[in-house]
Amino acid sequence: MNRKTQYRLLAILFLVLASTLVFWRNGINLGLDLKGGIHLIVQVETGEALRAEAEQVRERLASALTDSEIRFDEVRLNEDLRIDVLSLNSVQVPLAEDVVERNALNWAYSRRDDGLQVRMLSAERRALLELTVRQAREVIQKRIDQYGVAEPSISVYGTGEVQDQIIIELPGVEDFDRVERLIGETANLEYKLVHPTLDQTFSSPESALEALGGNVPADYEILKFEPTNSTLRESPDSELYMVAKKAAAITGRHIKNARRSEDNFTGRSEVSFFLNAEGVSLFGEVTGNNVGNLLAIVLDDVIVSAPQIEGAIRQESARITGDFTREEAEDLALVLRSGALPASIRFLENRQIGPSLGADSIRNGLNASTLGLILVVLGMLVVYKLSGLNAILCLTLNLVFLGGALSYLDATLTLPGIAGVVLTIGMAVDANILIFERIKEEMRNGKTVRSAIESAFNRVFSTILDTNITTLVASVFLYQFGTGAVQGFAITLATGLLANIFTATFVSRTIFTAILQGRQPNRLSI
Amino acid sequence: MDIIKNPRVEWLNYRWLFLVVSLFFLLAGAISLGGKGLNLGVDFTGGTLVFVRFKERPELDRVRGALSTSDLNVEGVTRFDQPSKNQIQVRMGRISDQSESDLGKDSRDVVGVLKEEYDSQVDDGKIDLNNVAHTALTECLEKAASGIGCDQNLEAVSPEENSELESSLGNEEFGVLARRILDFRTARGGIISDDAELEEIGLSADLVEQIRENFYLGSFTIISVESVGPKVGRELQDKAINAIVFSLLGVLAYIAYRFKFIYGLAAIVALFHDVFITLGLFAFFDKEISLTVIAALLTLVGYSINDTIVIFDRVRENVLLMRRADFGSILNTSINQTLNRTVLTSGMTFLAVLALYLMGGQVLNGFSFALVIGVLVGTYSSIAVASPIVLWWQSRRAG
Repeated sequence: MNRKTQYRLLAILFLVLASTLVFWRNGINLGLDLKGGIHLIVQVETGEALRAEAEQVRERLASALTDSEIRFDEVRLNEDLRIDVLSLNSVQVPLAEDVVERNALNWAYSRRDDGLQVRMLSAERRALLELTVRQAREVIQKRIDQYGVAEPSISVYGTGEVQDQIIIELPGVEDFDRVERLIGETANLEYKLVHPTLDQTFSSPESALEALGGNVPADYEILKFEPTNSTLRESPDSELYMVAKKAAAITGRHIKNARRSEDNFTGRSEVSFFLNAEGVSLFGEVTGNNVGNLLAIVLDDVIVSAPQIEGAIRQESARITGDFTREEAEDLALVLRSGALPASIRFLENRQIGPSLGADSIRNGLNASTLGLILVVLGMLVVYKLSGLNAILCLTLNLVFLGGALSYLDATLTLPGIAGVVLTIGMAVDANILIFERIKEEMRNGKTVRSAIESAFNRVFSTILDTNITTLVASVFLYQFGTGAVQGFAITLATGLLANIFTATFVSRTIFTAILQGRQPNRLSI
Repeated sequence: MDIIKNPRVEWLNYRWLFLVVSLFFLLAGAISLGGKGLNLGVDFTGGTLVFVRFKERPELDRVRGALSTSDLNVEGVTRFDQPSKNQIQVRMGRISDQSESDLGKDSRDVVGVLKEEYDSQVDDGKIDLNNVAHTALTECLEKAASGIGCDQNLEAVSPEENSELESSLGNEEFGVLARRILDFRTARGGIISDDAELEEIGLSADLVEQIRENFYLGSFTIISVESVGPKVGRELQDKAINAIVFSLLGVLAYIAYRFKFIYGLAAIVALFHDVFITLGLFAFFDKEISLTVIAALLTLVGYSINDTIVIFDRVRENVLLMRRADFGSILNTSINQTLNRTVLTSGMTFLAVLALYLMGGQVLNGFSFALVIGVLVGTYSSIAVASPIVLWWQSRRAG
């Protein structure tokens, strides 16, 4: 055996070992469609975060303008997030501009009629959108980690102005209702003071409005009241409303910890939460200044309870009682611990693949693929006799390289991915058939075995290259422009084709050369 | 072994016959696409699919009847997989934008309706062991151990008793037990038909008795749910189309670069021919187009292009060797020279995908159906569509 062939064999051996080792150590990720679990796509309502930010800026501007003794009619927030400062005295416009510049960083302003128009800069807008999605992703990650899922995958995705969708994959999880509760809850916990004089409940927003004299004061809002304790509800269908301050006295940022606890007397599940130092002092201040009033605990813009303040309280813990099951209480504590989502989310897609279905599809798919492979192997042996062994070896190596590469790339094998493997196998078999047919043809034209093999490989090389590269080009585009399923197909296909080019042109030839080394046979088993 | 000894077929003489055959299938495809239309899966239209497995073979009419009285937007109830698996698939219509936030609702409602229909005679307070999830099972086992029903409050027993209980049997232990029971259920295909089977995993007779008192074995279980909101459906559709269009352009560019533009064009026309006929058959047999089927169509495209290039590559070689010959006979020779390869490759691939179609189960059914058709059409089109186009172009230029 000459040097060149030896080196080639060594290179092949090395690659086989490397692939096997990588595959052995990393294994291969199976997609949810094969192993069962929950796949979700959620949309982060980033618009809400923009609006909240704009509302804050509006409030800041209004109070700063008042502080600077600038006269104006109104500071108004429009639908399109533009803030209008209306009816300024023309002398005070430069002063007002100065206030805006200092209080609304990253906002642009322009004069309009007798006022100013303030707009969020597009870079700021984009940054805020991205921040919102990133925070939402982190909160979801935290909640899922606390819930305890092995190898969850959470990734940001989207096609809009910024990527504002989050794909969540939870292998092995079956309980969708619980996951929905854990992920979907905004969990924005706030303390808000109830209107001091109108501290009763109303049966509809209209009757509350009537009691307010037809006009909700600027710093108050009407909130739904859904006591978690059903005994407080008159009937299951009745709705209750209360009037509370818009600005929260204490927010979720002041919560240090939360856990499920049990009521000492009834033994019912409840949720206790603990305030941090700043929260404790704020709480003392608010309760001290508003003795006798009601303080509402608001969860996601719904009042869950509204106890009366009996005196200044400087304690760090508080609790939400109600008809919680143990599971519900644990989940609420968990979402409070992991913090509020920066904006609410909406479920766009939900797939739950039961573990038994996953197992079924693997078993069926494997059985069928094995049968298919056996048929191909038998076919190659019948048609090409001993040379068929060469083809089978190439096919096996192809699969070994493919497995190693997929495992190295940490790719996930899904059902469409298996389609990619099927096509790869088909093309690998085809490459061998092309070569063998060409060898036969060259031998029919009177060439010796060795030169027939030589020229067959040389001639078929361009065919194999062109067929594989054409499909490779297609798969690169598919990966680039496709979504999950299409990408899964593209990645296995592309990897398989590269392995294919290598085995068909390099490995197969080396084996022929190695076997025929030093011999001058006049027949070839083909 | 040669499949065909030294073939000498004048393929291109049959090009008018090929044209008639192709037109027939294209027209038939167009009629079924236009008439019945494609049965797009929930991946693309939005909606919900719920897969239910029953203990015993379900009567479809009974299921349909029960579901039709509910206010669910049920579009179809069909058997899924082999009848022996007792599985059905319930498809529900597009979810409107406002209910998008509650994608889980449809499947919960189906469970509610079926429970009413099949398991209404069960005692109150018992829990369905065939549908319970891990946390709830853990909690209920814990309650059962302290001698109270699952619907009662564990804490309501009395605080002292309760704390005693928690210290003697940690929550962890019940969790492990619940996991074992659920794993067993999975191994049984998601449904347990008799409590006594639980003794197989080493549960004591006492424990099985406790389970029997507190749980019942529901007649069905949900094995999988797919809910897709309309927004995602549209996006998936757009993206899939984009991906395919760009990859075809890429293919066209590469073939045009390696061969000539007309070869690329001919290959692409052949591809459209193949995909169109396959889609027509999907419409004809009312088979559903899911994302997996899209993957199969892409595989078909790859296969068909491969087949075409093998012939074109031989043409490229023969154009240099057979300088005197007219283009038609170069094409014929090239097809004949690669015919053994074509028959062998197609034959073997066909066998492999046929095995997948017959044995791959329902999940792979649409996928392998597309491939079975694709292998046949893809092989045919290289000879009967792509080659005549190139010939026609060359003879027009010569004439």
